[in-house]
Amino acid sequence: MTELTAEGGHGAVPLEGVPAGSSQVKHDWPLYEVFVRGKRGLNHVHVGSLHAADDEMALHNARDLYTRRNEGVSIWVVKATDITASSPDEKDPFFAPSGDKVYRHPTFYEIPDNVPHM
Amino acid sequence: MTATAEPDLERLFEHTIERDQRIEPRDWLPEGYRKTMIRQIAQHAHSEIIGMQPEGNWITRAPSLRRKAILLAKVQDEAGHGLYLYSAAETLGADRADLTEKLISGRQKYSSIFNYPTLTFADVGVIGWLVDGAAICNQVPLCRSSYGPYARAMIRICKEESFHQRQGYELLMTMMRGTEAQRAMVQDAVNRWWWPSLMMFGPPDAESPNTAQSMAWKVKRHTNDELRQRFVDMSVPQAKALGVTLPDPELKWNEERQHHNFGPIDWDEFKQILKGNGPCNAQRIAHRRKAHEDGAWVREAAAAYAAKQEGRA
Repeated sequence: MTELTAEGGHGAVPLEGVPAGSSQVKHDWPLYEVFVRGKRGLNHVHVGSLHAADDEMALHNARDLYTRRNEGVSIWVVKATDITASSPDEKDPFFAPSGDKVYRHPTFYEIPDNVPHM
Repeated sequence: MTATAEPDLERLFEHTIERDQRIEPRDWLPEGYRKTMIRQIAQHAHSEIIGMQPEGNWITRAPSLRRKAILLAKVQDEAGHGLYLYSAAETLGADRADLTEKLISGRQKYSSIFNYPTLTFADVGVIGWLVDGAAICNQVPLCRSSYGPYARAMIRICKEESFHQRQGYELLMTMMRGTEAQRAMVQDAVNRWWWPSLMMFGPPDAESPNTAQSMAWKVKRHTNDELRQRFVDMSVPQAKALGVTLPDPELKWNEERQHHNFGPIDWDEFKQILKGNGPCNAQRIAHRRKAHEDGAWVREAAAAYAAKQEGRA
């Protein structure tokens, strides 16, 4: 039989003869990344992405898709192509400058136990 | 990023997985991992999208405004789940329009369970209880999947699935308190959905040769048979509380194993459905294709409007 693997959420996933590459069909609306402020006092957090024709539609779609259960009080949408990102790879030399500056952390300094409130 | 040799990248990838850390979109990935994740996430997304149809069938005929509002919310959630998952697949380099095309041309699959018809309103309840219950069994371990965007989508989905399962069970409890005919309707729906629900966990471990690789990548956390057993053990007391019989004469508690034994699954039926010969395969895809094609002018109009506005700014 077709090779299958399960635990694909709703059921078994066929593996043989299932294309997983992209054959460039006509693109639809641009991709937007969505950031939601869960409640007052918290930062906006990235929650996912969606497609929309323009900024306003992206906001409406984000409301319907990511805040159906009061998950947010404020939404930002940004075209994915407008985001500049570092590589998240933690061995990335980009983050090296902070790697050797342990003195930026409070635990670097030894204070005797009998000094209060520090 | 500096150019690093591939063996180093592969070691870094494996090291990340060994430490139970998540793989994130811009990390280097082995091609096999990327393809496995795209297949799995796309198939899962397609299942959510096609999964709107069996229950959507009953929205206009729900017996009360309360049930209609609940069912609408549930079907809207399924659409949402599909979109979270397409979003996760896109982080791996898949293109959404391309995934839709692969679904409606039949090149990528969706779960076999959605190729069965929903004959009565009791099916809506049984889908919530058993089909969503089986999906939850599959999905809870996926919240720890090694691929970050997939794991995060699964956390959202699992929270929402809990509403799906509970509304289904409550619907069935209400029917079981009703007339003799309503109780018979529930039992009939259970009889039809029990075995297909067990098939949702996929072929037996002995016939699932890729499990080892998926387990090593922590894409998969349990085997098909382990999850199926867990689902059976969970469902038996739920069926008892509901007052229905699960249609398996061999189903009984095994004291030694501390699990329920259950009868053999008809894998021929499963294979036929995968081949496209299930009761609703053609109808599901035709409906999805029609919805997509009927919406083409809306997508084009919105894009034209956006282009015009951009020109003005």
